[in-house]
Amino acid sequence: MSEQVERATERKARVKWDNLLRISMREAGVTVALVLIVLFFCVTAPYFATSGNFLKIFVQIAINTVLAAGMTFVILTGGIDLSVGSVLALCTVVGATIMTDERLAPGTSIALAFAACLGTGAICGAINGWVCERWKLPSFIVTLGMLNIASGLARVVSNNSTITGLPQPFVDFGNMIFFGVFPSIFVIALGVVLIGWFILRFTVFGRFIFAIGTNEEAVRLSGHNPSAIKIAAFTISGLTAGTAAMVYLLRLNVGSPIAGIGYELNAIAAVIIGGTSLSGGKGSIIGTLVGACILQVLSTGLQLLGAEDNVKPIVIGAVIVLAVILDTYRNKFLRAMESRRSDG
Amino acid sequence: MHGDEPSRPRAETIANAESPILKLQSVGKRFPGVVALRDVSFEVARGSGHVLLGENGAGKSTLINLLGGVLQPDDGSIWFDGAPYRPTSPLEAIRAGIRVVHQELHLLSNLSVAENLLFEQLPSRRGLVSFRDMNRRAAELLAEVGLDVSPTMEVGRLGVAQMQLVEIAKALCHESKLLVLDEPTATLTVREVDRLFEILHRLKAKGVTTLYISHRLEEIYEVGDQVTVLRDGAHVTTRALAGLDIPDIVKLMVGRTITGQAPIDMDAPIGDEALDVTDLKLTDESPAISFSLRKGEIVGIAGLVGSGRTEMVRALFGADPKAAGTIRIDGQEVDIASPKDAVAHGLCLATEDRKGQGLLLEMSCAENMTITDLLRVSWRGLLQRKQENDNAQRLVRELRVKTPSIHQAVRTFSGGNQQKVVIAKWLFRGPKTLIFDEPTRGIDVGAKAEIYELLGKLALEGKSILVVSSDLPELMAICHRILVFSNGRITGEVPRAEFDEHRILSLAYQEYSRVRAS
Repeated sequence: MSEQVERATERKARVKWDNLLRISMREAGVTVALVLIVLFFCVTAPYFATSGNFLKIFVQIAINTVLAAGMTFVILTGGIDLSVGSVLALCTVVGATIMTDERLAPGTSIALAFAACLGTGAICGAINGWVCERWKLPSFIVTLGMLNIASGLARVVSNNSTITGLPQPFVDFGNMIFFGVFPSIFVIALGVVLIGWFILRFTVFGRFIFAIGTNEEAVRLSGHNPSAIKIAAFTISGLTAGTAAMVYLLRLNVGSPIAGIGYELNAIAAVIIGGTSLSGGKGSIIGTLVGACILQVLSTGLQLLGAEDNVKPIVIGAVIVLAVILDTYRNKFLRAMESRRSDG
Repeated sequence: MHGDEPSRPRAETIANAESPILKLQSVGKRFPGVVALRDVSFEVARGSGHVLLGENGAGKSTLINLLGGVLQPDDGSIWFDGAPYRPTSPLEAIRAGIRVVHQELHLLSNLSVAENLLFEQLPSRRGLVSFRDMNRRAAELLAEVGLDVSPTMEVGRLGVAQMQLVEIAKALCHESKLLVLDEPTATLTVREVDRLFEILHRLKAKGVTTLYISHRLEEIYEVGDQVTVLRDGAHVTTRALAGLDIPDIVKLMVGRTITGQAPIDMDAPIGDEALDVTDLKLTDESPAISFSLRKGEIVGIAGLVGSGRTEMVRALFGADPKAAGTIRIDGQEVDIASPKDAVAHGLCLATEDRKGQGLLLEMSCAENMTITDLLRVSWRGLLQRKQENDNAQRLVRELRVKTPSIHQAVRTFSGGNQQKVVIAKWLFRGPKTLIFDEPTRGIDVGAKAEIYELLGKLALEGKSILVVSSDLPELMAICHRILVFSNGRITGEVPRAEFDEHRILSLAYQEYSRVRAS
């Protein structure tokens, strides 16, 4: 009898340990990869292991991290958002136009610009989602359309020119650095990731995001409306594009209609390297953060090693594909672990 | 890894009429942490109909996959047609003369019937596909299985039963020596099953051996001479089928006897009307359907596959649009335009396609169970994991779901356990009316009995239950009343006292024969 109890507790402990392992496995592999890459460059690349260099990396990953955080929501539902780069451009010109309006006090203009950036992004995202769901269209096509529309609107709003002369307090905030290595914009990016992680992990909405990516029809037949959740996911992606636009303004201090070209692809790459499945249902936003770090560390590290600009994209491209290949092995390993458990 | 390969005796290399077509010697197969087959040895006589039986998880599927070249054995050896047989791919198996028709359909739904049938050897002229030859050959194969569809029709537009027949026709186009059929009749109607048996008899006359797997025990006598029973990955017996009756076989399979098939208390009182459907029409042209359901009542829906049963329950549940009809729940007229509306009015639907429409396969047992009512396990939009886990634990206990943990992905579950998860997720929502579409399809005998018991318990609690099933004895065992569908309309309503297989079947065929007569 007592032996039985003992065995039961033992099994319970093993199940618990396995669960922990399973949950952390998703991020663990890619995090180990990041650490190895960082160590490699620390040893081989001159100046890599300096606080100045890390500061530079943190500055550079902020925009992509924010975009990729929102992108994670859309990809988890099984969609894709190609419009974030040009929505970011539209938001920068909207924000910069408001901030440079001389009729407004600096404090008011910054607050208004912040609201307008986020609002514009959210509206673009909501339109993406609504059109996809209303006419049951693939998000690839709809957001490709939005990519062009937002880009055109950005030119119209800005009169095809860059907007400079942002208020000084705003510029100063963008230049702030905490503890010597953490720039303010990186802290914002971390905040966005943290919020995203919380939503995905602890809310009913987050559960629906994963469920829809796993089997949308089953969610519908369970008495829910997947369309509403999917539109919300696109709205979040638009919202982060607006937030990324603020980060862009903080970093570069100009609103530009040609900002953000190709950013959507970097964001997608970060999500995929971070272990989120393009077909939806599996992934994590922490993985996305690590994925964004890997992309930037590679880029900076290769530069410090003296690699030519032409070589960088070749290496990064190979890494993206490699990440997906490794992902298939990880999934195999996880499945094997699971069938072992179902035996026990 | 595998046992010492016997040196080839000359007699066995020469195929002759007396030597077995297939011989397994101490075959074993392990998966990480699971022994799927251990020390299995038996022979299949040349030209015979051999039936393979066992509950889900007994190792049938693994054995089929070894024969089909999908998996390779870890131990032991297989001899086919007198030679050692060790295929490393399905193609090698087909080339050696073994053809497997899997239970899960492997068709390319965007291609035509003909393209699917002849996919592995498209008729061509000078490197270009000859569509005329292809369609002609396909038409011949379709005629052989008695499937009346155009070879150019897209497979995705066929019903499940028709797809199953295409799959069988596909197997026929190769000259195979051994045909392995895994649950071929699971989705077929009586008429189609008869047709299949006819084909099998014809193949047998040509000398083709069949290895036949089915959960419908009454039909194995039609096709089998010999039977092999597996239990927990081990070989139980191989013997002549003659002289064995169904209870004997079930006893061999489960190692225990299941008493009766109707654990339903038919004397319990039936309550007031719970659901009333008046003049429900799927399209403007389709016939109007009317019926009602009372509290504590289990009503069966019988009919041939494709007779509109699934379509009707889906429209009732709001899963598909309907053209007209009034639905009353507890006397109140309600508007059901989506599953969301239906669920809000206390309806639920356990769909025919468990994996595709019922479950979140990659997600955990607990997450699947609570998806119907996340509000109950959350507070202001935040998930309360303790509550969720407690509820899942309770449901796992109540429904006797076999799993080491509620965090296990339901993908790894057997069919019976998956169905229990589907039922659990609806019980969690607390519905008043439960609709089940083929609730026991592809489920082993033990789990079936448990599900019947559960339906009986739910009825006793005063819930109304609608069961669509192609298994008529099943409906006759568990229902108070049976509605018979034929070609989209209800052709009859049979109360329990008048249950009669022959009468129900003739009602099911009624509309079809009339169509043909006109």
